[in-house]
Amino acid sequence: MKVLVTVKRVIDPYVKVRVKSDGSGVETANVKMAMNPFCEIAVEQAVRMKEAGVVTEIVVVSIGVQQCQETLRTAMAMGADRGILVETAAEVQPLAVAKLVKAIIDKEQPKLVIMGKQAIDDDSNQAGQMVSALLGWPQAAFTSAITVSGDTADVTREIDGGMEKLTITLPAVVTTDLRLNEPRYVTLPNIMKAKKKPLEVLKPEALGVDVAPRLKILKVEEPPKRSAGVKVADVQELVAKLKNEARVI
Amino acid sequence: MSTYTAPLKDMQFAIAEFAGLEGVAALPGCGEVNAELVEAVLTEAGRFAQGVLDPLNRSGDQQGAQWRDGVVTAPAGFGEAYAQFAAAGWNGLAAATEFGGQGLPHSIAMPLQEMWNSANMAFCLCPMLTTGVQEALTHHGSAALLKTYMPRLVSGEWTGTMNLTEPQAGSDLSAIRTHAVPEGDHYRIRGTKIFITWGEHDMAANIVHLVLARLPDAPAGVKGISMFVVPKFTVNADGSPGQRNDIRCVSIEHKLGIHGSPTCVLAYGDNGGAVGDLVGEPNRGLEYMFTMMNHARLGVGMEGVAIAERAYQHALAYAKTRVQGRAIGQKSGDRVTIIHHPDVRRMLMTMRAQTEAMRALGYYAAGALDRSKRHPEAPERARQQARLDLLTPVVKGWCTELAVEIASLGMQIHGGMGFVEETGAAQYLRDARITTIYEGTTGIQANDLIGRKVGAENGTTALALMADMRALDAPLAAAGETFASMRAGFTLGIDGLEAATRWLVDHYCREPEAAAAVAVPYLKLFGTVGGGWLMARAALIARERMGEPGADRKFLEAKLATARFYLEHLLPQARALAQTVTGGAASTLALDPAAF
Repeated sequence: MKVLVTVKRVIDPYVKVRVKSDGSGVETANVKMAMNPFCEIAVEQAVRMKEAGVVTEIVVVSIGVQQCQETLRTAMAMGADRGILVETAAEVQPLAVAKLVKAIIDKEQPKLVIMGKQAIDDDSNQAGQMVSALLGWPQAAFTSAITVSGDTADVTREIDGGMEKLTITLPAVVTTDLRLNEPRYVTLPNIMKAKKKPLEVLKPEALGVDVAPRLKILKVEEPPKRSAGVKVADVQELVAKLKNEARVI
Repeated sequence: MSTYTAPLKDMQFAIAEFAGLEGVAALPGCGEVNAELVEAVLTEAGRFAQGVLDPLNRSGDQQGAQWRDGVVTAPAGFGEAYAQFAAAGWNGLAAATEFGGQGLPHSIAMPLQEMWNSANMAFCLCPMLTTGVQEALTHHGSAALLKTYMPRLVSGEWTGTMNLTEPQAGSDLSAIRTHAVPEGDHYRIRGTKIFITWGEHDMAANIVHLVLARLPDAPAGVKGISMFVVPKFTVNADGSPGQRNDIRCVSIEHKLGIHGSPTCVLAYGDNGGAVGDLVGEPNRGLEYMFTMMNHARLGVGMEGVAIAERAYQHALAYAKTRVQGRAIGQKSGDRVTIIHHPDVRRMLMTMRAQTEAMRALGYYAAGALDRSKRHPEAPERARQQARLDLLTPVVKGWCTELAVEIASLGMQIHGGMGFVEETGAAQYLRDARITTIYEGTTGIQANDLIGRKVGAENGTTALALMADMRALDAPLAAAGETFASMRAGFTLGIDGLEAATRWLVDHYCREPEAAAAVAVPYLKLFGTVGGGWLMARAALIARERMGEPGADRKFLEAKLATARFYLEHLLPQARALAQTVTGGAASTLALDPAAF
């Protein structure tokens, strides 16, 4: 079974994010970048399935600037077999991402697509669902367990009310939640091997996809500074404040 | 409690500029080396250091290694971390590919060693010694020994130790009493060794001891010492561990620092003699051990850099969160974090500038090490080897002496809270303290520097290096007014070093006692000026790159400011040190031993 995994290059989660002074977005110049943690979980899942003998080939796809090749190499060092970069310096919004991923899926014909549930930079949480809609495939978002048997997969989804267990027909799109697995540390021999794995670079035009943004960002600003707290006299006052001021109960 | 973050940008800068990545990548066998590989390896190693080793640093310190009836247990989590470390292949980074290593250059291995040590020094002494054993066996071991031991040492399945010291034989190894008697095709070893780091533990299937001992007919003194390889479990014909050898861990030491690392007393041959094999030729053990020692000395120098970096990060995190007092000159308004106070900034800048200078010199030595081993032309290999030999005691002595001062400053920034173990600042000072002692004390390093490295060859290599340093004067002059004060400080520093070197060359043979009396100040002078040279180079590089498109201005501006601080605050110490070297010998020896 072939699996396709998407990976996004984002600001390293340990780096403090700063808003650009003109409010047009987040500062990324000379900031340490890394693989989106949810995508890491997706790669790890595919590698574990390959180690278990369920998966035969893992194709990893990224969309973005040339440096995304490093992210793909990391995925290949984790265990993916080959990489595809759709190279563009333009801003690529969720719908365009979904269309590009669909175009690659049409070419690659994987039986399972694993994506991160969202990227920690824009937190859109849309691409996976859109890919499944464009393909007309079943989807299971926010999964914390995946077991493939034959032409179906049993998945556990993390939903607001608890866990939802589903059986979906393959091919399908799943997106990962935090508890699906804990990604491995990359080993040195695998870093060396990853350098030699095939990496194909495509342009969006070659896939016939128009990536022009459909959404416009008006302004990005820092969250308001936290103001000082207050001491409440008793439980009654606390409940009243939660009800009337915070409006959470 | 702060978390260690590998200083990737400064490491990459120092690898590129001071180890000279381009030149290293052009060496035979380095075809795969480039900036992208360095970034990938450093990034992943940094994650491992931060995620696996760093969280065990404090718990390892608090628990310590435990001894019970000859069995030594590593602190909780160390065994699992070691298994992960070995499985990830980090142990074989610089080892030869024929034994399962990656054959990568020291210019990459050294920064990684820095990371492991920053994250958990007690832990990484174990892999460091294993690497040392590989080094000694590679150079001097027979094909059969290599086949038996190397693959498992490279994979990390087995670990290694160095057994030199005995109760009566510390810095003076001629007093070694442990002896080896031939028996069939092997030897029986009997004697007691002390201070054996990771000499006994439960993290690996076997432990490979390199032991210095005397053969029955050996001449007295250092010319009668041979090297033996003595495994904890004798090795079966199929390579698997066999019988328990006659080695017993009698006790472990109670130490000031590196509590996670067991420092063992090993008794060889209580029940007939431990079985071992001779490494190389008889009576050449000390010479062989020095192959390993020189490497280990650079490694200990990197421990100094590592602890300094960690102490800096820890103090910085505290200085950014601890609120105390108003900013100087403000009578009202909010209280500020202590990083706003000028003296705290001075301490942070001192820590930072010295750490960066030490890193620069350490990586420069790593670059020389790679060239000395791999350069295609013999004269260049010899030139680099001489430079490396010269710098090894400097890196070891200077970086570790400064590490103690830097860890102490880290504690100072914490105020009273630093003196309390809870904040963690004290551990770095305690851990740092051993680095100026083991693998040859600072005094031993300084004697090596003034003797074998400077005096014995009339300062040829040292003066050649100074000539290279002086080549920086022209670009500093061309850099204009803003560099004028740095240039002046730089010139005074080199003048001082050159004068001190000429004084030593002049006095080394005539008045060896006087030369030895000022050896340590000379070593410190050498480090201070060597670091200043590379920081001045860094400043010029930063200035040049600043205007380039896409330049990391924030990093380059900080580099420039840090270099300026080094040249204005720290390099001026060179003048005083030079004065001590050229004029301070007599007063050191004025009181004879009886007058004390």
